[in-house]
Amino acid sequence: MPALELKDVAKTFTMHLQGGLKLPVLRDVNLAAEAGQCVVLTGPSGAGKSSILKLIYGNYRVDQGAILVRDGDTTVDLATAPPRRILAVRQRALGYVTQFLRAVPRVSALDIVAEPLIAEGVIAAEAAAAAAAMLTRFNVPERLWSLPPATFSGGEQQRINLARGLLPEHPILLLDEPTASLDARNRAVVVDIVRERKSRGAAIVAIVHDEQVRDDIADVAVDVTRFATAA
Amino acid sequence: MISFEDDKPLLIAEGLTKYYGRQLGCRDASFELYEGEVMAVVGESGSGKSTLLQMLSTQIEPSAGRILYRMRDGGLQSLWDMSEPERRFLLRTDWGYVHQDPQHGLRMGVSAGGNVGERLMAIGQRNYAGIRATASDWLGRVEIPEDRIDDTPRTYSGGMRQRLQIARNLVTAPRLIFMDEPTGGLDVSVQARLLDLLRRIVSEMRIAAIIVTHDLAVARLLSNRIMVMKGGEVIEAGLTDQVLDDPHQPYTQLLVSSILPV
Repeated sequence: MPALELKDVAKTFTMHLQGGLKLPVLRDVNLAAEAGQCVVLTGPSGAGKSSILKLIYGNYRVDQGAILVRDGDTTVDLATAPPRRILAVRQRALGYVTQFLRAVPRVSALDIVAEPLIAEGVIAAEAAAAAAAMLTRFNVPERLWSLPPATFSGGEQQRINLARGLLPEHPILLLDEPTASLDARNRAVVVDIVRERKSRGAAIVAIVHDEQVRDDIADVAVDVTRFATAA
Repeated sequence: MISFEDDKPLLIAEGLTKYYGRQLGCRDASFELYEGEVMAVVGESGSGKSTLLQMLSTQIEPSAGRILYRMRDGGLQSLWDMSEPERRFLLRTDWGYVHQDPQHGLRMGVSAGGNVGERLMAIGQRNYAGIRATASDWLGRVEIPEDRIDDTPRTYSGGMRQRLQIARNLVTAPRLIFMDEPTGGLDVSVQARLLDLLRRIVSEMRIAAIIVTHDLAVARLLSNRIMVMKGGEVIEAGLTDQVLDDPHQPYTQLLVSSILPV
């Protein structure tokens, strides 16, 4: 069984503020990611690539179909799981990294990166050491580690967000444009990490516009325009 | 580590309803809250969120419905079947309540150390030096300078008062804390500091919390789950990011779309 499988997933937004306008975005989404495999979603902007990742992570609610995620020895359908189950799956099995850092006021870059590990129960000193190693890997200068990232440049914030999102080793990883505004050196870091995770059995679903990065990491490309609704 | 599988809820609300005469305050609110979970209740003034919070914290008696609470011995008890002294004891020891206005949650004429120490004495601690040391430790944790321990909250700024109220509530290591607009009335910079502090302490201590707020950003930052209230009823509930990223109800969509982007 794949680590992650979407079966006949459909999503329509109902815009009540626009007189109940129905906006069907996806239908019949069927895709799967095996352990150790990277599936790249392709298609033009607006085709619903990010929506698929949000449906998997649970930011968007699924109207129809199933999202089956392997969590240890069991399989969970995130489309119907109660909130607590979704939180548990996210913590143990599901990572989601976007290009945007949701900056928390006053929290230092190092603590932001270490936080997901601490939430998993890793002791603080160990989590801080792992966070420091990840920040080093992403070439974030040490003088920035103790500062809250709110005032950092866009590129620095993005690298901190990547360090945070990639630090826990989740068996399933969702990547939404992880390399969008990175320089070549840091793009290579992302590619290295994705390859490492694949070799250790992670299933990855990614949206990547950079063709070189896509060629470097993708095992399967899925064109999402075939899931787009006729509208 | 937060375990989401521990399937024994800490608190169960069943059909909580409150009428003020013929006026509806809150109708048929039901939910379960688990250990370490933070739930936000959002809505505008008059939505019923404060009524719900007052019922949950046993400040007002529901017209219908019941609240079950898991006691430290593991048994579930219906709060309104308990005696008044039992409920008061629970409120003093196992629960915390952070008021929007710190003046309502603090004794303004008593020193900061006394405000924190009082809760310890309420659970039976009598060693003065120990109480003072614990109080001093807690003032440090909420970032109040140690040399202000003997000052009364009258001499404190709004943000300091709110942090002192939090220390007073958390010093007894409660399992459940209620917060009514904890950042309301504070300057934005002071709010950020308080939010950071609350987030850290609640997750470190694994406290379950119910936070009433009209501020969706506060809800997003602090809570795992959210209930949206309007006209006395819960109209939408779920994971916080799910409800805020993909709101289904017209009113929730209006709330979410009314936030000014920065």
